[in-house]
Amino acid sequence: MKPPPFEYYAPTTVEEALVHLAEHGYDAKPLAGGQSLIPMMNFRLAQPAVIVDLNNIEGLSFIRPEDDGSLAVGAMTRHQMVEKSELIVEKAPLVHETMPQIATSQIRSRGTFGGSLAHADPSAELVCVSVALDGEFKIANQSGERWVPAKDFFLGLFTSVLEPEELLVEIKLPPFPERTGWSLKEIARRPHDFCLIGVAAVLTLDENNKCQGAKLVYLSAGDGPVEATQAAELLKGQDMTDEAIRAAAEKASAEEIDPSSDIHATAEFRRHLANVLTRRALKEALDRAKGN
Amino acid sequence: MAYHKITLTVNGEAEQVDVSSNMTLLRMLREKMGKTGTKNGCAAGECGACTVMVDGEPVNSCMMLAIECDGKEIVTVEGLADNGHLAPIQEAIIDSGGVQCGFCTPGILIASQALLDRNPNPSQAEIQEALVGNLCRCTGYVRIIEAVQAAAKMV
Repeated sequence: MKPPPFEYYAPTTVEEALVHLAEHGYDAKPLAGGQSLIPMMNFRLAQPAVIVDLNNIEGLSFIRPEDDGSLAVGAMTRHQMVEKSELIVEKAPLVHETMPQIATSQIRSRGTFGGSLAHADPSAELVCVSVALDGEFKIANQSGERWVPAKDFFLGLFTSVLEPEELLVEIKLPPFPERTGWSLKEIARRPHDFCLIGVAAVLTLDENNKCQGAKLVYLSAGDGPVEATQAAELLKGQDMTDEAIRAAAEKASAEEIDPSSDIHATAEFRRHLANVLTRRALKEALDRAKGN
Repeated sequence: MAYHKITLTVNGEAEQVDVSSNMTLLRMLREKMGKTGTKNGCAAGECGACTVMVDGEPVNSCMMLAIECDGKEIVTVEGLADNGHLAPIQEAIIDSGGVQCGFCTPGILIASQALLDRNPNPSQAEIQEALVGNLCRCTGYVRIIEAVQAAAKMV
C-alpha cells in the first residue's frame, strides 16, 4: 500500500512541465490534486516512472470572468476554491450546485477541477457537468495550444484526447442563455460515494414557455459521459408538461444510456433510477428556468 | 532512490526531513516522525482515518506525497492538545462516548476541528457533511455528532 518509486519533477511553469512530459512520454504522469492518481499508485494500479507535479504552477489556479460572459477556470483550481467562489455561484450555478456533491471535504481540499476532467472517470460529476454546460478545454503542448469541446474531449473509460505530452490547462464555461434552468441529480449507496447513476439537466425556455433547447447528460451510465440527444430532441418546441417530461425520461433511460451491472446494482435498476432522476431533474430545471 | 530534503511545520514545530519521492505524507508522519496517532486505513480516500490538516484544510494524508508538503503547515491529532490540556473536541468526544475502538478517532477529531475552525457553530447537517469522509464502524456516529455539538458550545 505504497507507491512504487518514481522520478519526481516540480516545475513552476507550464512550459517547464511540458518539457518534462515531452521528454518522458508515456512513462510520465502529471500530478494534479492526486486524489485518484495517488490511491492508484498506492495500489500499484498505476506505476509511472516519472511524476511531473503541477502543484507549484501558480498560473494554473484561477477563476476568471471573460469578456464574452463566459468563465475561465484554471485546471489546478482546487474543488474547495470552486465550491466557495462567488463568481461560480453567479455565472455557473450548476457547477456551484455540483461541488459539494463531489467526494468528501478531505478530497475537495486537494482535488482539482482540471484533474478530475483529465482523469475522465465516467462516474465523476464534473465530467458530466462539463458536457452539459458545453465547456471548452484548453490543452497545451510544446508547439502551442488547442481548444477541444467537452463533448469531444472524453473518448472512453479513463481516456481522453490528451496526448502524453499534453496538459489540460484551462476550462471555459459559456454563460447560460436567458430563461435557463439546471439540475444535477444522483443516487449513491452512501452520499458522496461514487453514484449508481446521475444526470445533469440544462433547459432553456422560449418566451412562450416552450422548450427552446434541453441537454441531458448522464454519469455512471456508460464508458464516458452519455448525452441523451434523442430525448432532448423530443422536448424541443414542446410545452414542458408532465407527459413530455415522462416521454423524454423514458427515451433516455430505456434507449440512450448504457449502464452496466455490478454488485451494487443491476443495469435494469440503474435504468429505473435514471428514469426517475431525469424527471426530477427536468422538473427542477423547469422551475428554475421559469424563475430566471 | 533519490531523497529530497523538505522543510515543513508539524504541530507548530519546524522540521527538516529527507523523504523519498514515493513517500506519502502519512508514512512520513508515522515512520519518519513517530507520529502514529494518524492511522493508515484504506490508502484510497475512503475511510478518513489518516486525516490531517494541511495549511488548515482537512486532507487524507495517504493521498498526498510528503514531498508536496514542502513549506506547508501540518497539524496531526498530536497537535490538538495545548500544553497537555485536551482540546474541547477531544474532551467532548470522551464525555459523549464517541470513542470505542478508537481507530477512526484521530481522523474524526481533525475533520471536526477543521469544521469548527471555519464554522464555530455548525448545524447537525453541516457536521454530517464535514464528517462524510470519515468512517466509524463502532459508534453509529450519533455520539460523535453530539461531541462536535458539545465542543462548539465549549469554545
